[in-house]
Amino acid sequence: MKTPFSMLVTVAWRNLWRNHRRSLIMLAAIAIGLWGMIWMTALMRGMVDQMIDDAISTLSGHIQIHAPGYLDDPSVEHTIAAVADNPELDKLLHSPEVTAWSQRIRVPAVIRSERDVYGITLVGIDPQRERGLSFIADSVVSGHYLESVNDQHVLLGRKLVEQLETKLGRRIVILSQDPDNNIAERGFRIGGIYDTDLQATETTYVFAGIETVRRMLKMGSGVSEISLLGHDYRNVDGLAAEVRAVAGTAETSTWLQLDPYMASMLDVMDGFIIVWFCIIFLALSFGLINTLLMAVFERTREIGLIQALGMPPGNILLMVLVESSIMLLIGLLAGNLLSWLTLLPIRDGIDISAVAQGLEWAGMSSILLPAVKTSDVLLANGIVLVLGVLASLFPAWRASRKVPVEAITRIWQ
Amino acid sequence: MNSTAVSCRKVNKIFAQGELAVHALTSIDLDIASGGFVCLSGPSGSGKTTLLNMIGGLDRPTDGEITVAGQRIDRMSMSDLAELRLQHIGFVFQAYNLIPVLSARENVEFVMQLQGVPSSERRDRAMAILAEVGLQGMEDRRPGELSGGQQQRVAVARAIVSKPALILADEPTANLDSVTAEKLMQLMRDLNSQIGTTFVISTHDKLMMSYAKRLLKLHDGRIIDDIIQDDRQE
Repeated sequence: MKTPFSMLVTVAWRNLWRNHRRSLIMLAAIAIGLWGMIWMTALMRGMVDQMIDDAISTLSGHIQIHAPGYLDDPSVEHTIAAVADNPELDKLLHSPEVTAWSQRIRVPAVIRSERDVYGITLVGIDPQRERGLSFIADSVVSGHYLESVNDQHVLLGRKLVEQLETKLGRRIVILSQDPDNNIAERGFRIGGIYDTDLQATETTYVFAGIETVRRMLKMGSGVSEISLLGHDYRNVDGLAAEVRAVAGTAETSTWLQLDPYMASMLDVMDGFIIVWFCIIFLALSFGLINTLLMAVFERTREIGLIQALGMPPGNILLMVLVESSIMLLIGLLAGNLLSWLTLLPIRDGIDISAVAQGLEWAGMSSILLPAVKTSDVLLANGIVLVLGVLASLFPAWRASRKVPVEAITRIWQ
Repeated sequence: MNSTAVSCRKVNKIFAQGELAVHALTSIDLDIASGGFVCLSGPSGSGKTTLLNMIGGLDRPTDGEITVAGQRIDRMSMSDLAELRLQHIGFVFQAYNLIPVLSARENVEFVMQLQGVPSSERRDRAMAILAEVGLQGMEDRRPGELSGGQQQRVAVARAIVSKPALILADEPTANLDSVTAEKLMQLMRDLNSQIGTTFVISTHDKLMMSYAKRLLKLHDGRIIDDIIQDDRQE
């Protein structure tokens, strides 16, 4: 005879509240355990996401196209045809799969002020196309952003301006090499100063209009790179294959290939989350098993009675599992609520500027934005629920295997 | 009524206590006819409870055969034994008879719920039987809110509500005052005579024994006397 599930739930629910204090402590442990999983994961995800976003917005995009050899020797000699000269690529870049794209001339150069000289990377950009693709359009804090591909000004990072002991509106000179290996030199006025979270970015990149740079370097119509964004940085292989198919002899690289450190961070992060969840659950499971074992031990006589009345062992096992499941579900509900309530106030980020300097090597910014991913929340809930029920199997099995007479003996004698 | 409700053939039960083997039951041969009202008497340790456990399928004999309701139970699986108890046997224990988290009515409904009796019928039968044992108005009380006697009456109500063929009771009157005990005995005897329920009762109570149609005396795990007290039985 199959025991009605409603009866199991009724008995399990009432049993759960027989020892309020013990159940509440266990519920608190489950809730705090889940909160720890979700909260820490949100911060860690936020950290890695931000590092990846920074890396992607620092000119790399999701996918880049270069001339063969450019990545090893990023000189003016290694150029590819501009988008306008490749109709198939032009068509793909204007398809819904691509959210933003731009082409750049990007060469090593030297910048000189009245006071000092530094090595830089000169980047000739199409100012309008860079909006939404890279950081530069939104990072100008003094002066103005470049107005066109022919803009005669340059944009310098705040730190570089400090190092050069110059300022907005002053002239600087940039030297590089043209395709004939002659020195290409041109004076610019500083039109804008940009600010980023990473000082290395500010001291490395100097931006100018792409056509201005082209004239300075005496280049033809080619470009150094084409950079584009898809919809999801985690799924770029499909789009990369399409780009590769129309890019001819040019090399197509995803951000994962361009920045293997970040790619490995992503993999490490996914693995770490699983390990983190399991460690928290392991601590939790001891409490859960202990609580259920105590509950089963205390109810030995009752379990014997229920068996004597005709409940099959399988249903007694189910009854204990239902009890643990109810406890887990309430604990998870409380844990999710607690996570939401504690993440809500920091949704705009936590200022970690006190340690941001030290963490800059890892590409971290000073504002840490928590990133709550549905998949992480589901995974945390799933792990606690599934492993929790599995952990309950032992006490439940113990309960179901009790020989009725051993339990009843306590009653009858 | 002359079919056999319970049959034991050369039933032995040996408990191991350390290196010592304790013979709780020795070569029990017993037939209890359907409709019997049998009391097991004897001093503590005589094997009354052990014999009830064996008949109820709560424990297994070391050897021998036990048949209840026409089924050999000594080699049945735990699940099959549970099913047999559910369908054919009612239990009344000496104490701790009830499930503490359920009300009196829910305790009485428990077995019927396991049997799959529809909710409304279950409720009506539980209310009626509780009224019959004098617990009208106390249906929603939990065991902790009932006296020992009231709890025992709930247990009896639960045992009889689904009209099992066999009811096993261990010292059912041990915790009751004499008036309540007598009412309970009368109720069991009425059930026995009206619907033919077979009762096997372990007791020290002389009054209880006087109600029995058949009295089995046990000593050191053996049946030493088998007395027919009522010519209406067996």
